[in-house]
Amino acid sequence: MTVLDEGIARPREDEARAGAWSKVHDWAVTVDHKKLGVMYVVSALGFFLIAGLEASLMRIQLAFPNNDFLPPTTFNRLFTMHGTTMVFLVGMPMFFGMANYLTPLMIGARDLAFPRLNSFGFWLFLFGGLLLYFSFLGGDGLYGAGTAPDVGWFAYSPLTGRAFSRGNSTDYWILGILVSGLGSTATALNIATTIVTMRCPGMTYLKMPLFVWLMLVNCILTLVILTPLTAAQVMLLFDRFLGAHFFDTQAGGSAVLWQHFFWFFGHPEVYVLILPAFAIANEVVPVFSRKPLFGYPFMVGATVMIGFISLSVWAHHMFVVGLSPAANTFFAASTMAIAVPTGIKIFNWLGTMWGGKIRFRMPMLWCTAFVFSFVIAGLTGVMLAVVPWDFQLSDSYFVVAHFHFVLIGGLLFNIFAAIYYWYPKVTGRMLSERLGRLHFWTFATGFYVTFLTMHFPGLLGMPRRIYTYDAGRGWDELNLISSLGVAVQAVGLLFFVWNLLWSLRNGEHAGDDPWDAWTLEWATTSPPPEYNFEQIPVVHSRRPLWDLKHPQDPDWKYE
Amino acid sequence: MLAAPALALGAAADDVHPIPSMFDPVSPPAEMIRGLSFLVMGIAAGILVAVSGVLFWCVWRYRARPGDDREPPQVYGSDQIEWSWTIVPVLLVLVLFLATWRTIDEIEASEPPPGSLHVTIVGHQWWWEIRYPDLGVVTANELHLPVSADGARRPTYLTLESADVIHSFWIPQLAGKMDVVPNRTNRLWVEPRATGTFVGQCAEYCGTQHAKMLLRVTVHEPQDFERWAAAQRAPAASDASVAEGRAIFQSTACINCHALDGTVADGSFGPDLTHLMSRATIGAGAAANTPENLRAWIEDPHTFKPGVLMPAMKLDDQQIDSLTAFLVTLR
Repeated sequence: MTVLDEGIARPREDEARAGAWSKVHDWAVTVDHKKLGVMYVVSALGFFLIAGLEASLMRIQLAFPNNDFLPPTTFNRLFTMHGTTMVFLVGMPMFFGMANYLTPLMIGARDLAFPRLNSFGFWLFLFGGLLLYFSFLGGDGLYGAGTAPDVGWFAYSPLTGRAFSRGNSTDYWILGILVSGLGSTATALNIATTIVTMRCPGMTYLKMPLFVWLMLVNCILTLVILTPLTAAQVMLLFDRFLGAHFFDTQAGGSAVLWQHFFWFFGHPEVYVLILPAFAIANEVVPVFSRKPLFGYPFMVGATVMIGFISLSVWAHHMFVVGLSPAANTFFAASTMAIAVPTGIKIFNWLGTMWGGKIRFRMPMLWCTAFVFSFVIAGLTGVMLAVVPWDFQLSDSYFVVAHFHFVLIGGLLFNIFAAIYYWYPKVTGRMLSERLGRLHFWTFATGFYVTFLTMHFPGLLGMPRRIYTYDAGRGWDELNLISSLGVAVQAVGLLFFVWNLLWSLRNGEHAGDDPWDAWTLEWATTSPPPEYNFEQIPVVHSRRPLWDLKHPQDPDWKYE
Repeated sequence: MLAAPALALGAAADDVHPIPSMFDPVSPPAEMIRGLSFLVMGIAAGILVAVSGVLFWCVWRYRARPGDDREPPQVYGSDQIEWSWTIVPVLLVLVLFLATWRTIDEIEASEPPPGSLHVTIVGHQWWWEIRYPDLGVVTANELHLPVSADGARRPTYLTLESADVIHSFWIPQLAGKMDVVPNRTNRLWVEPRATGTFVGQCAEYCGTQHAKMLLRVTVHEPQDFERWAAAQRAPAASDASVAEGRAIFQSTACINCHALDGTVADGSFGPDLTHLMSRATIGAGAAANTPENLRAWIEDPHTFKPGVLMPAMKLDDQQIDSLTAFLVTLR
């Protein structure tokens, strides 16, 4: 009891000697899942802006044939850093940030299971990211060869061997990702444990919000796949520093082995990035359609199916490596199979909207655009699974367009939805709807101009990762249009960032439950107190707040 | 292009198809892929129209009307509907899978018929070594093939190897790509049915100059191909008037990396120069192979291809002139 009293008393002392430093100190030493969640998301947004800038520089270079804006070495570093940053320092921490902030609130808990581990995981991620970026200054190493890594985000051997990658830039890539990967492992373990052990009374597995279900599957998937990546990175370090020959083809090592390790991580990683997007849509679509999610048990089943099947599709990244026809056929089958549960999810969102009364506030606008974009992304994904066609499409701009539809049209659109949806909970203020609409229409338009167009140079034979191309290949106008779309997206992002900053002080007051929503995070104040709930809630259905608001017609009568 | 008229190969070499479109195939593997892609695009278009149609209908029909604050009927799901929209995609996926399986077998299980041409391609940072073991020909970056006709099939079976890192061989109009992996031998099959020059390039990131690792494939009438091969087999030109350039070539580090028939040069790190001027480009497509470009290339290859592994040799102007004069005799 005395411990608790001290805990409550201490902030007052801090206020007494208030100042910027004590605030910084508060954030730096916090173990509160909400503060850590916010720090994850804000860091991810920071890295997102950096990686977006890197992409913009590349699009300037590619806007015209034979352009001299960037030398090849710089271009190669930019696409390596852009990809690595977006996957490891934007997508993953966005997922962990959202899971951190929302999971305890949604399951009626006061914090994660291991608050200190949570803080440790965040700081490992952040310093891993900073270590990667320090390579711009420190990567020269002994030989003066390169600054930032230039081996591509999947770092294929033997290009990463000592013979082809001198200096230390590749080591920065290995260590930066390895360190932040350890943080991810810690946090995934933490969130999974929390979900399994700390649900409030009445919340059985089939009464958890779907968001929480997806986070659980995602954390388990993260734990399974980060291990082989970390192992492969350590093996690569052995190759580079201790003279091992795992991937050293000049001494009998295998270049294909690295690809198996990497993609055994890398493909499920795509699902680790996209499942949080599904999780967000699972919360937003029902609330704004004013109906419960259609087919909850099927959605749970489809999620678990995706988790399992995603572990057996990795070699579809390797159809052109020269695997046997039997292996190619197997991985085509497993890859196409994953389209089925993914399709079920899309149909269930449509089933939720059907017959509803859809309120097109900002979160729902983004989710609607997501569903449409994701249908396109899914269909181009099936095209890539058609092995013979992949012989043509692999490593072309068609692939680049495809996965940007997945990661922007799929993931980022839903991250925007989530930020519009939960910003009021986190800050107590609504985001401006007017700025939001400007953001939506400019960014979505720019996205379609850039990435719908980008499919076509791929179909016309343009490989990815080239810093320039000759005029007259049929790619000139298409690339220019793609690059112009980036400028439109950048304007959209300015509206977004301005909205985030402006609304922090000037937004409408949100109240506890601005969207008339149904999950537990809306049952507490905005922002929630450090202990989340004065009393641990007890739930009887998947929509506890619906039951509270409709005592005559509660959900538990029907579930 | 100097070399082409000298060899009287003008027609095929000059008929360049600059756009490497996979929808304009001239060889059976690429044609099969196009056929399959039409089936897949047809199914995909149907799904896109159906699903986005439902989405737009929902957006239009079920948008909230102002002033209507009552909650809609709460529907939790329907097992029948769930199973039906599980089974229909399963059937579609099955169709796609069977079509894919069949085409994989057709393309990958192809055995070389008698009379096939065998070519070995070796990927280097950042150029292509091309060897015709049966013909005794060695060249670089520009693959020459005979045209195949129904009565007289001349398919070509390519053996793909790498000297350093992973590359990928891709001529979209002839076939899908195949990676070129060190410590591994991959095979690829093409059978061009039309003459002309088809372009492509390395499709796997392989380091600094991945972008300028271009490929040209010139498909000849059979007799023109034989003539080309005979010319490639001929000994290197030996012109007394350029003896000075020849001496410079043999006394500098050129010979460590390049091979040149009839000289001491037997390096394998760079392209074979025996018939240098029979090629349309230098630096794996970095520039047209004109004497002016060749001179500038020798002076500093990095102006055309920054990061290329060939160093500027720091020769004086007169030496470069003599060397260029020698090299342009290598028809």
